[in-house]
Amino acid sequence: MTLKGRHLLDPSDFSLEELSEIFELADSIINDPASFSEKCKGKILATLFYEPSTRTRFSFEAAMLRLGGQVIGFSEPSSSSVAKGESIADTIRTIACYADIAVMRNPKEGAPRIASMYASIPVINAGDGGHQHPTQTLADLLTIRSVKHSLDNLTIGCCGDLKFGRTIHSLIKALGRYKNNAFVLVSPKELQVPEYILNEVLNKGQLPFKQVEKLEEVISELDILYMTRVQKERFFNEEDYIRLKDSYILDNEKMKHARPDMIVLHPLPRVNEIAYEVDDDPRAFYFQQAKFGMFVRMALILKLLGVE
Amino acid sequence: MLTITSIHKGIVIDHIKAGMGIKIFHNLNLDRADYKVALIMNVPSKKMGKKDIIKIENEIDIDYAVLGLIDPNITVNIIEEEKITEKRNLQLPDRVVNIITCKNPRCITSVEKYVDHAFYLSNISKGEYRCLYCDEVYAVQEK
Repeated sequence: MTLKGRHLLDPSDFSLEELSEIFELADSIINDPASFSEKCKGKILATLFYEPSTRTRFSFEAAMLRLGGQVIGFSEPSSSSVAKGESIADTIRTIACYADIAVMRNPKEGAPRIASMYASIPVINAGDGGHQHPTQTLADLLTIRSVKHSLDNLTIGCCGDLKFGRTIHSLIKALGRYKNNAFVLVSPKELQVPEYILNEVLNKGQLPFKQVEKLEEVISELDILYMTRVQKERFFNEEDYIRLKDSYILDNEKMKHARPDMIVLHPLPRVNEIAYEVDDDPRAFYFQQAKFGMFVRMALILKLLGVE
Repeated sequence: MLTITSIHKGIVIDHIKAGMGIKIFHNLNLDRADYKVALIMNVPSKKMGKKDIIKIENEIDIDYAVLGLIDPNITVNIIEEEKITEKRNLQLPDRVVNIITCKNPRCITSVEKYVDHAFYLSNISKGEYRCLYCDEVYAVQEK
């Protein structure tokens, strides 16, 4: 099935073969970006951002501009007809008259799905509340694939707030579809992965995993360490926070125990969960990850538009 | 002994979990029926201990999705000339539209009112549905 004209709402919307097609195209773009610089000439991307986002919006805009296309849209609903109470169905049908492809971020969960039901152009979910953020997952997978040369046989450590972090949920679901991957879930008890990830992804898929409280106990086992921030206000009591907070901050001392080929990823923005000293470690890949995010979005736009 | 006569042509909804008959009665709008209807509660049952039964002396269109969602264990008997001509076992429907509503305040259906409330069956053994838009779980009450 071709990707042309399709929507991307959930990372599992695409088969592994289709994901592989996108990653292969992203590889070609990385190797020779100049040859793609006019591929989308005459095409318009609409960015419908119902809540502020700099990183994801810039990444999409940069992706389209680097393909030679143009961008229209809004970065907050107050500057659009949405402020007058226009429905998503009407907004997307109007935008579809002007643009060839649309990207939507909305704080309400499922908003991009509704847009896709009324749109005559491809719709990409750029984050809907705490629900899904599939292009972040594509960025994560492309980074891992590029650095590790495979998405199979990996031990993936997820550290921090695993309860509310949608990037973590999507990543576990996505990597769980590949062969022989194991998960090490590092978080305080209050912030462990939700039950549905345990039941419907890890247990149902019979994926090996363990849950621990301290990063230093397991860092030496990992091929990938995916860091997220633990917010103080998520803890039930101050005592636990004080006991555990340093365990969720990655520094050079902890990196000493990690494998020489382990890579550190983070969806960004970082606050204090990765010490700045780690940035100089060759295993720190979070800024490359942001760049891979733009390349994978370029590949996604090309595929959904059916541009060869 | 309470006696309810058999019906000539119509529907008998059997094996309703005791206490749930009244819910189905209201869901099928039988309180507004102008034909003969009987709701019999707490009928002794070998299999269930106690059960409810609804007898309807009329041909009506039953929304089997609604019934399956309330209790997938009930059976529907179609009666013609006082005989059962068809026995239907219910099951949880794969998809339900505008029967249950999403309770997640962050779900888009909480603001875009023209949108159907649609759920898909996500776990048949647990009787769990998920909202098509936000994946919020709706658990069918215990069987």
